[in-house]
Amino acid sequence: MNVLSVKDLHVKINESHILHGVSFEIPTHSVTALLGRNGVGKSTTLKAIMGLYPSQGVIELNGASIAGKLTYKIAQDGIAYVPEDREIFSSLTVKENLTLATRDDKDVARQELVQALFPELTTRAAQRAGTLSGGQQQMVAIARALVNKNEIILIDEPTKGLAPKLVTEVADALGRVAGETTMLLVEQNLPLVKRIAQHVIVMDQGRVVFQGGPEHLHDPEWVHTMLGVSGGHK
Amino acid sequence: MDTFLLIGITGIGLGALYFLVASGLSLIYGLMGVLNFAHGSFLTVGAFVGLWFSSQVMHVSNTWTFIGAMVLGGLAAGLFALLVERIVISRLYERHIDQALVTVGIALVVGAVLAGWFGNDLRLLPTPAWFINTVSIGSAHIPVDRFLYIGVAIILLLANTALLRFSRIGLVIRAGVENRQMVAALGINVRLAFSTVFFLGGFAAGVGGVLVSAYSNGVSPLIAGSYLIYGFIVVVIGGMGSVPGSFLAAMIIGVIKQYANYYSPGLGDFVVVFLLAGVLLLRPQGLLGKVKS
Repeated sequence: MNVLSVKDLHVKINESHILHGVSFEIPTHSVTALLGRNGVGKSTTLKAIMGLYPSQGVIELNGASIAGKLTYKIAQDGIAYVPEDREIFSSLTVKENLTLATRDDKDVARQELVQALFPELTTRAAQRAGTLSGGQQQMVAIARALVNKNEIILIDEPTKGLAPKLVTEVADALGRVAGETTMLLVEQNLPLVKRIAQHVIVMDQGRVVFQGGPEHLHDPEWVHTMLGVSGGHK
Repeated sequence: MDTFLLIGITGIGLGALYFLVASGLSLIYGLMGVLNFAHGSFLTVGAFVGLWFSSQVMHVSNTWTFIGAMVLGGLAAGLFALLVERIVISRLYERHIDQALVTVGIALVVGAVLAGWFGNDLRLLPTPAWFINTVSIGSAHIPVDRFLYIGVAIILLLANTALLRFSRIGLVIRAGVENRQMVAALGINVRLAFSTVFFLGGFAAGVGGVLVSAYSNGVSPLIAGSYLIYGFIVVVIGGMGSVPGSFLAAMIIGVIKQYANYYSPGLGDFVVVFLLAGVLLLRPQGLLGKVKS
């Protein structure tokens, strides 16, 4: 059973053709990593799914079309989005950030899950989010996606720009979240991808060029060819 | 010293009127990026509805009539602002040049319709008898209406602050000022917040219209002109999207303008423009505005 289906997705921004018929499916209760070099259209794909960019093509959530819907309705349908660079509300407190994101404040189980995953956010509830460290801000961004029961979470480069210690913290949190929800993860950090992903999609120049299992990530030659980086040895 | 005090409090009273115009402008630009040149017409609509209520409905010039004129003027202007947002501006988000052209057009049309209907002459707004009284502070005799303007501005500032701080819609508005795309990505219909902001901005401008009419001794379709310009200056100096910033800037501008005009007649406008240039050069985000990432 697939949660999300994307078929022949095209995105054009200011006459630039960014996505050229992207197609993939995301199975339920899995973590799928969307990989590729910088600028191949990974973030654009997530934004197009969220309705943040105009697109053409089929986007289905549990078999129902969400293409062309307004962003807030797509989110209400059950797609959570953790953007690149976090985009937390820096002038609001940690608690206000989470309150704003909460659609059902009677869902105590979700709130307890967030508290269990990120206990530090509870102690910093009254702190302005803009004064948090990068790793703490990333935790707020992920927590905002987890306070609701969603069908799938789209996460865009959650470890980008973080110090190694914070990368480990965020990776641990994602590892625990992975068992709770379906996730489409854009990530350059291959050790993290190998640790939590069950499926891998590779994009190049606005197209999907590979879909399969994560076992290829252990092949240095494959990694170098597909992603242009070293790192397949681990 | 008495003259100094009199001019100071009169300046704060004038600043209160600027704040009533600027608070809505600030939120509307801060949240939606809409440069709303039709905001002056909200003030004019509020003033004319207040005049209609005071002179045609009540026939008695007392305190309750004036309060009713302010509330009705505010509500009418708020509803007019809501209609403008729903029918026209909601189709033009992200199209800034079109917004400017259309809102200028709305201001011209409203002005022309009211001028055709009522003429451009000032029509006296009935005010309570105590408006001509003065309060003695030391040996300075300060017109009592100035305290009313200041009081209404403070009440609206506190109400606005309470709404923004303690309500769900206020939380959405504050978040939307920072990043409205992300608010939508959290599943929130940010356009409801847009409409609320337009209504609140229109309401404040409408109340301001009635008070400006009392300050100017009458209502006319031309009444909003200089107040709209000063409203924009207040918003820029206070910081886009910051209502407390608008309050602070309005008070500073009102006081400085009055002192400048007293000590060198006609200098007030120049000093305010000089202040505007200084803020733009030294602190482009305004006194209490935030730098957008």
